[in-house]
Amino acid sequence: MKARVHVMLKNGVLDPQGEAVRHALGAMGFEGINGVRQGKVIELDLAEGTTEADVSAMCEKLLANTVIESYSVEIS
Amino acid sequence: MHAAVVVFPGSNCDRDLAVAFEAAGAQVTKVWHKDTDLPEGVDIIGIPGGFSFGDYLRCGAIAANSPICRSVAAHAERGGYVIGICNGFQVLTETGLLPGALLRNAGLKYICKTVALKVETSASAFTEGYTAGDTISIPIAHHDGNYFADDETIARLQGEDRVAFTYEDTPNGAKADIAGILSSNRRVLGMMPHPERAADAGHGGTDGQALFRALTGALAAV
Repeated sequence: MKARVHVMLKNGVLDPQGEAVRHALGAMGFEGINGVRQGKVIELDLAEGTTEADVSAMCEKLLANTVIESYSVEIS
Repeated sequence: MHAAVVVFPGSNCDRDLAVAFEAAGAQVTKVWHKDTDLPEGVDIIGIPGGFSFGDYLRCGAIAANSPICRSVAAHAERGGYVIGICNGFQVLTETGLLPGALLRNAGLKYICKTVALKVETSASAFTEGYTAGDTISIPIAHHDGNYFADDETIARLQGEDRVAFTYEDTPNGAKADIAGILSSNRRVLGMMPHPERAADAGHGGTDGQALFRALTGALAAV
């Protein structure tokens, strides 16, 4: 089984990388971009039987820093 | 006074930190990240700057889960002293020994220069060699030194006199200009600037010496 974890900076936390991308897109002539947030995706290849709760524990303990980041888990 | 300096793959200020402790009169043992136990009788643990585990995932995140960090946390819970500098500060926030987190610098650039710091409190073993309100010159060298915590945490740090140092001209976007903070028992210090790089006349500045001298003196008196 596979799990995909999306990690994003929480709303309210300045994302300077996202801001830099937003500026670059504006400079390239793309209009109407009100905001850009940049996160990361972590793909896990897991043994059968691993639960979503197990993946959430991995997120809480290592994959995300919940002081500044939120995460979501997709199991497939 | 016995100091242990933890070494992770990618630490690069471990020797400088050890030399600064030794110059201030401490006996120093280096400890590898895979070790599970600290040497007998350690008074203070130093977590040095560098790029532990290549800063992969997040700065300090993998180091914070290394075997030695369980012993570091236990030492801190017993009331032991811990100092984390630069990547060491990032490790201490990732372990939860200090609140908040360090984000990418607001200007997105790595910054390496000497900056003016204001000593916010002299009420700790780390800062009692300074006078609150002093301005000192200490080098910084970081890409992820932008201190962040929610407003409630910032207010608590300020209200409990736990902000150790602030930047006079914040280079990285840090909230409330914070450069270094103390734990609630005032025995754990995390700071982004490098006092060990201003601890010898050959460094071009010696404003970091007072931190190490106060620490060894204060700990010798314990």
